Amino acid sequence: MKIETKIKKNKGGLMAWVDERFPLSSLITNHLTEYYAPKNFNFWYFFGALALLTLVLQLITGLLLTMHYKPDAELAFASVEYIMRDVSFGWLIRYMHSTGASLFFVVIYLHMFKSLIYGSYKNPRELLWLFGVAIFLCLMGEAFFGYLLPWGQMSYWGAQVIVNLFSTIPFIGPDLSEWLRGDYLVSDATLNRFFAFHVIALPIALLGLVFFHLVALHEVGSNNPDGVDIKKNLDKKTSIPLDGIPFHPYYTVKDLIGVSVFLIVFALIIFYLPEMGGYFLEANNFIPADPLKTPAHIAPVWYFTPYYSILRAVPPIFNSQFPGVAAMGLSVLVFAFIPWLDRSKVRSIRYKGDLFKRWIALFVVSFFVLGYLGTEPSNVWGQFSNAIPLIGGIDKATVVARIFTVTYFLFFALMPYYSRKSKTLPVPSRVTYK
Amino acid sequence: MANHQDDKIDKKKRSFLIAATTVTGAIGAGAIAVPFLSSMTPSERAKAAGAPVEVDISKIEAGSMITTEWRGQPVWIINRSKAMLDDLKKNDLNLSDPNLDVISQQPNYCKNATRSLKPNLVVLVGICTHLGCSPSAKLQTQGDMGENWNGGFFCPCHGSRFDLAGRVFKGSPAPINLVVPPHKYINDNTLLIGEDNKG
Repeated sequence: MKIETKIKKNKGGLMAWVDERFPLSSLITNHLTEYYAPKNFNFWYFFGALALLTLVLQLITGLLLTMHYKPDAELAFASVEYIMRDVSFGWLIRYMHSTGASLFFVVIYLHMFKSLIYGSYKNPRELLWLFGVAIFLCLMGEAFFGYLLPWGQMSYWGAQVIVNLFSTIPFIGPDLSEWLRGDYLVSDATLNRFFAFHVIALPIALLGLVFFHLVALHEVGSNNPDGVDIKKNLDKKTSIPLDGIPFHPYYTVKDLIGVSVFLIVFALIIFYLPEMGGYFLEANNFIPADPLKTPAHIAPVWYFTPYYSILRAVPPIFNSQFPGVAAMGLSVLVFAFIPWLDRSKVRSIRYKGDLFKRWIALFVVSFFVLGYLGTEPSNVWGQFSNAIPLIGGIDKATVVARIFTVTYFLFFALMPYYSRKSKTLPVPSRVTYK
Repeated sequence: MANHQDDKIDKKKRSFLIAATTVTGAIGAGAIAVPFLSSMTPSERAKAAGAPVEVDISKIEAGSMITTEWRGQPVWIINRSKAMLDDLKKNDLNLSDPNLDVISQQPNYCKNATRSLKPNLVVLVGICTHLGCSPSAKLQTQGDMGENWNGGFFCPCHGSRFDLAGRVFKGSPAPINLVVPPHKYINDNTLLIGEDNKG
């Protein structure tokens, strides 16, 4: 009823003509001007909007890159160099795309961390979280397929290793990885199909999932740093949440500040550190792919290294590498279970006990240590002396990676226990802010 | 009379039609998945590229190796010196599969102590059995591989180690030995990789 009166106020004209055929006004009111978000959003709440911005930037720069790139094993490497040297502003567009990929993961990881500390996955936001996990998986696929396209040494051998992960799956593995490659080794056929996945299949899936993520968000409403349900305290006359403010103009304007700061950082990296010392673009990728020669040290791009460390940390069991691959797969998929693992009575970390906080801290440390070790060869710290029992002769970094792999999984496995046991503070009925 | 039809819905007939059309539709969708999925398998051209290759082995000096290409993979031919062959036995205790029990890793005619037709010449697919990287040659003893090293290969990706017969050392991420491809000698100086006398 409210919507109809609103439309009538628009006194005819073009808007009324459109509204009779498409619900434009009600879309704007329901999702922007009368979509009420909690008024206590803090720093962490910038990253959802920034993720959307990064997605748009990747789509635009990606579109422009496809106009000059050639998905052919003979031509791909040279076409990227052509973009960098001869295409007008090609260097900018390419660096925006490659830096954008890394920053996309920075933003997504921070966005996920916000959900983790403020309990944004808890009832009724489980599906919102699951759509988010699906987006994260899609993004990992997108990054992986995209990394093969420059057809450098790291592209080639990275793809070789990842595709071979599938061949460790019992029974169907070897056929599956051959089917994925379309050849007996990573070749032109593989490059061609990875290009197709990168520019058609996954972007479409990604956009669909982002749409569902937003639909779910607007159905249940945003969580907030207090984890207070703002729909419980409505203004008696207007039924507007007392702790809510319209998304537009309040948060659109606030997000613009975040966007400005983000773009400054983005520009600084593109202009001064586009390779980020080998973390965003690896040195070996400036050498054309050579199927006969593996580079002396291969490592994935930084955003995959925690999981890669877990893969390396698990030793083969019964002559099979599959346990390591399974552990790596689980280390990503386990995020999907968090809504059901967290049995805490409260959402936000502000009202959770020290026990829970310590586990989150331990998880963050594990994530960073594993992430660092994944960028280095496993003998980076040398070996333990042969004199030490049990671990003598084993790489120090491998032992450390094993310890943190265990803590990484314990964070999830013990969550039902410590989240219930950890003492909680009383949650206020209204949001708090300074 | 037409508007009385609503009263006489034949629910059995309706659910039969729904079931029949659903099943037919699902069969159709399943059938079209076959060409869609098989279009992604290796093409005829990719399959044809797997033909055998001839290699001239007359110029490989004792203690050195050459790398050639078969089915797009690196294939190593190592001419092991007398000392290298003697050292092979020293590795036996530290190997995952010293008796060559994993039959897929070598043809039957190479299931011997040197994993080769001619004792000195071994032919190996230079692809790590862990995740498919190509190991680096560390043919010399000791050096940067430690004092117990008798010569072999080291995979830079995840640190798997193999001896000069392509046998994997215990504690490596790679679970099994390197592959010995099917091969035969056409004459004293020519090796054919990809084909043997059995087939």
